Amino acid sequence: MRLVIPLAITFVTGMIMVLHFFVPHQPIKFLGDNLQEWYMIVASAAIFLGALNLMHVHLRKIKLKLKNWKYSPITIIGFLLMLVTGLIYGVTEGKPFDFMFMNLVAPMGATMFSLLAFFVASAAFRAFRASNWRATLLLTAAFIVMLGQVPIGAMIWDKIPLAKVWLMSIPNTAGQRAVMIGAAMGVVSTSLRMIFGIERSYLGGTD
Amino acid sequence: MASIFEKLGNTDRRIIFILIALAVIIPIITHLTFPNPVGAEPSRDMYEYVDAMPSGCNVLLSFDYDPSTMPELQPMAVAIVTHLMNKDINIVGMALWPQGASLGQEVMSSVADSLGKVQYEDWCNLGYKTGGGIMIVRLGSSMSAVFPTDRDNLPWEEIPMLEYISDLSSFDLVISLSAGDPGIPAWVMMAGDRFGVPVGGGCTAVSAPQFYTYLQTGQMVGMLGGLKGAADYETLVGIEGGPAVRGMAPQSVAHLVIMLFIVIGNVAYLSEKKKGGRG
Repeated sequence: MRLVIPLAITFVTGMIMVLHFFVPHQPIKFLGDNLQEWYMIVASAAIFLGALNLMHVHLRKIKLKLKNWKYSPITIIGFLLMLVTGLIYGVTEGKPFDFMFMNLVAPMGATMFSLLAFFVASAAFRAFRASNWRATLLLTAAFIVMLGQVPIGAMIWDKIPLAKVWLMSIPNTAGQRAVMIGAAMGVVSTSLRMIFGIERSYLGGTD
Repeated sequence: MASIFEKLGNTDRRIIFILIALAVIIPIITHLTFPNPVGAEPSRDMYEYVDAMPSGCNVLLSFDYDPSTMPELQPMAVAIVTHLMNKDINIVGMALWPQGASLGQEVMSSVADSLGKVQYEDWCNLGYKTGGGIMIVRLGSSMSAVFPTDRDNLPWEEIPMLEYISDLSSFDLVISLSAGDPGIPAWVMMAGDRFGVPVGGGCTAVSAPQFYTYLQTGQMVGMLGGLKGAADYETLVGIEGGPAVRGMAPQSVAHLVIMLFIVIGNVAYLSEKKKGGRG
């Protein structure tokens, strides 16, 4: 029973959603629309699980004094501060939550991502080698795109931005499309396997 | 004794970090600017599509990013919102990312204040809802079922500009400013392909290559890729000294520095290879 019930739920909901795509009439429409709302509710619940997990992980880290545990109280305080402020004042513009978001969270988030530029530069210096003709081709393409992506490229030679657009529109698109079609076929195949109960690993099993 | 090439090849990464920092800081401090010509780029397609829309149209603007990608996507948002508001196009904002709702509010509110636009009449922000692509499909049958209230908890029925909006077909264009998943692919697949609403968007430079497929097939009307895309849009809209155009000089110099390091690395590599070293 523990296996049959989840498989039956997956089959029924999967078939309803497939039919919902092709049949925009009742009762399929009603069922499909409701299942979509249920999905949103379940996905929202995942946010609570994430928050609880965050607390659990960091409280455990503090309790056992695991590596870098000193950062955990800051995480917990920051989390609780934003949570309580949001619950009390709401997220409306100009309220304390919004103020903290725009003046603390936003600059810190932007700073973290900006650090990537430094590591990209260092990694490119060490790893981007013209070791064979394919790597050289990649390197040349990268140079054209890097120059074409900034105004200085057009200042050096006005054809560089055109070369960038060609690279992005033709060879890049061919490769990207192959990847996308392959991934889409994989999604369809895996979805069908799950709907028909062939793929069961999502239930926690091994097969 | 190590040759000069070996020394160059073993440059301490802290030197690279310092030079990259200087490449960004010096152009900012000296207010260095470069002219930003806009060629036949997807950003021009985006601008021309929006520019051809008559006033009174409805645009759904989805802020699908968070502060980490704000330096690239926030200037895009400002330029697009400015363009839409200048053309008296109604903007309904929303977000597939939780923090996008606040960033979108900041943009729409500040641009609206500067242009004298009124919240709930010319623009509104429905806020964030979870669900990604599935949520977009639900928007295709009922917007108010997904967003019974806006971000500030004002009921849907009390927002005047939403009176004639029922589902995705009420919109003339969907624009997704996307930093990842859920984002542009979900909007293209659900809003564009399933419900026939034209989709445009903006994304980080690193994710732009994957969306050229949608441009070629006409599944997207245009796209702003990275800070360059934002700078293009600022230039086309006529925003003087916008953050993206100002950011082009530091980015240009930083790109040159990175390329210089790649060249140095390769010269050192080839020199060692010639001597029978690594490689």
